[in-house]
Amino acid sequence: MSHKLAILAEGLEKNYGKTRALAGLDLAAEEGSVLAVLGPNGAGKTTAVRILTTLLRPDAGRAEVAGLDVIKDADALRAHIGLAGQYAAVDENLTGFENLEMFGRLYHLAGGVARQRAKELLERFDLVDAARRTVKTYSGGMRRRLDLAASLIIAPPVLFLDEPTTGLDIRGRLAMWEIISGLVAEGTTVLLTTQYLEEADQLADQIAVVDLGRVIARGTSDELKAQVGGERIELTVARRGNLDAAAQALRPYSSGEIQVNADNRHLVVPVTQGAQLLASVVRDLDAAQVPLDDLALRRPTLDDVFLTLTGRTATSAELPADEDTLATRPLARSTR
Amino acid sequence: MSTIDIRTTSQSLKPQARSRIYWTLADALVLAKRHLTQIPRIPDELIFATIQPIMFVLLFRYVFGGAIAVTGTSYVNFLMAGIFAQTVIFGSTSTGIGLATDLQRGLVDRFRSLPMAKSAVLTGRTISDLVRNTFVVIVMWTVGLLVGFRPQGPFIFWLAAAGILLLTSFAFSWISATIGMAVHSVEAAQSAGFIWLFPLTFASSAFVPTQSMPGWLRAFAEHQPVSLIVNAVRGLLLNHPDTSTILQALAWCVGILVVFIPLAVWEYGRRTAR
Repeated sequence: MSHKLAILAEGLEKNYGKTRALAGLDLAAEEGSVLAVLGPNGAGKTTAVRILTTLLRPDAGRAEVAGLDVIKDADALRAHIGLAGQYAAVDENLTGFENLEMFGRLYHLAGGVARQRAKELLERFDLVDAARRTVKTYSGGMRRRLDLAASLIIAPPVLFLDEPTTGLDIRGRLAMWEIISGLVAEGTTVLLTTQYLEEADQLADQIAVVDLGRVIARGTSDELKAQVGGERIELTVARRGNLDAAAQALRPYSSGEIQVNADNRHLVVPVTQGAQLLASVVRDLDAAQVPLDDLALRRPTLDDVFLTLTGRTATSAELPADEDTLATRPLARSTR
Repeated sequence: MSTIDIRTTSQSLKPQARSRIYWTLADALVLAKRHLTQIPRIPDELIFATIQPIMFVLLFRYVFGGAIAVTGTSYVNFLMAGIFAQTVIFGSTSTGIGLATDLQRGLVDRFRSLPMAKSAVLTGRTISDLVRNTFVVIVMWTVGLLVGFRPQGPFIFWLAAAGILLLTSFAFSWISATIGMAVHSVEAAQSAGFIWLFPLTFASSAFVPTQSMPGWLRAFAEHQPVSLIVNAVRGLLLNHPDTSTILQALAWCVGILVVFIPLAVWEYGRRTAR
C-alpha cells in the first residue's frame, strides 16, 4: 500500500456486561480519505468511535490513529483528532463565540489565538450573525455546525464524525455534506458513522458495513454493490398474460435466473453491460408484442447490500421509495 | 458557506507548551469561567439558591425561634452560624447536578477528547460553586443583619469563620461531585445529592441546642461534622472561639477532601469509560 494509514483498528473487542458491543472489529483508512462505518443502531459504531477517540478502552485488540496508539499515546493523540458527536456537545448557555473560545483554550491555544480561531470558524460555518447569541436559541442545524466547528479548532488531521447528520432535515444534511466534502478536499482524514446508505455512498471512499460488532463487508460503494450482483433490468408488463412472452424474449440477455412476480406483473433480469442492451431489449419486446408499463435499468443500492449481507429487512417499506428525494431511510434497528 | 480553508489561519494552532501543573490550574479556571458566565443567564437557579436559605432564616427567626431556648445570646445570633453552614452545604449539591447534566448532554465526552487536564472538569465546577456560595453567604449575612443578627468580637474572627465556611463548601462540593458521577441521571443527582443532607443538617447544632435531644441522638449530633463546623463558626462569630472545635471542623473538611477528591476523579474516569 503506497499511502499511509491514518486510522487502523485490529480486532477491537468491547463488552458491556453480557452485551457484546464489538466482536473483533477491523478498520483502516488511508490519509486524506473518507471511511464510512455503516450499520444499524446498536451495531457498535459509536463504541468504535469512542475507542478511536480515546474515550473508551477496548477489552482486546489495538488501534492507531495518526500513527499514535489510542491507549499508550492517548494524551498525545488528543492533540491530533477532532470529534463531533450525535448530539451537539456544546454549552447551551454560552454563545457560539464563547463556546469556541472555551474549547480553543482547552486545546491549549493562547487566548488571542483561541479568539481569532473562533472568529474564523464562525465565519466559515455561517454563524457570524449568531455568534453573540446563546446556543439555546440556535436551530438544530446551527448547533450541529457549531459542534463541528468546535471539533476543527486545531485543524486536526483526523476527524471523527459520529452520525453527523442524524436528526437534520434535508437542507441541513446537504449543507453538512458540503462541509465534510470541503474538509476532505483540504486533506483531512474523516471517519464517519452513519445509518444512512445515501450518506456513505455520497461521501465515502471506503465503506465498512458493520453489524453486531464486526465488519461484515468492506470496499468502495461500487465494490459493495458488485457483491450483491450486478445490474438488472426491471420491467412491469401491462397484462399478466404477457409475463411468459416477456420472459421468453429476455432470456438471451439474462446473466442469471429471471425472477418473475406474477402479482405485480414484475420481472427482474440480471444483466451485464445493461445500458448497451436496453435498445435491443425494447425492440425484442416490441416484436414479441409485449406492452410495457415500466422499464428500468437498476444498479443495486447500499440498501440492497445491507439486506443481502445481513438478511434483515430495512424499515423502508413504510416510506415511499422516491428515487428523487434523498434515500435517507434508517435501517432496521438491530435487536441485541 | 464561505470558502475559508480551515488550515488558513493567521497564527499557529499548535498547543502552548507549559507544565502539567500550569494546565491543571489553567484548564480548571477556563471551566470555572464557563460556569460563572452562565450564572446571570440562568438567574432562576441563583434566585432559588438564595430564597431557600432566606426562608429558613425567616422561619426559624420568627416561627420556631421563640420556642427555642438558647443561653448566653439571642436566638438569631445563635441561628445564623447554622444558616450559613446549611446554605453552603445545600449549595454544594449544585456541583453534582451540574456534572450529571454535562454527562447527560455529551459535553463530558468532548472534554475527554481534548488534550486538557482530566481533573479540570471537576475542579472547574467546585471552584465556580465556591464563588457562587461565597456570594450567597454574603447575601445571607446581609439578611441576618436585617433580622437582628449582631456578630461579636474582632473582624479577624469573622474572616476565620468565613474561611471555615468556604472550606466546608469546597469539601461538600467534592462529595456532591462524587454522587453526581455515580448516578445515572440529572434527576437522580438532584435527589441523591440532597436526601442525606437533611438528617445531617437538622440532627445537628445548626438550629437548636443539642442538649434538648434524647441521649442517642445527642451523641450523634454532637460528633458529626456539621455540628462541629457550626460550633466552630458560631464561636468565632460570637467571640468565644474554641480551638479544639475549630481544629476538629478543619480536620473533617480536610478529611473529606482527601477521600472525595481522588474518589470523584476515579469516578470521572470510570463513569465516562462507557
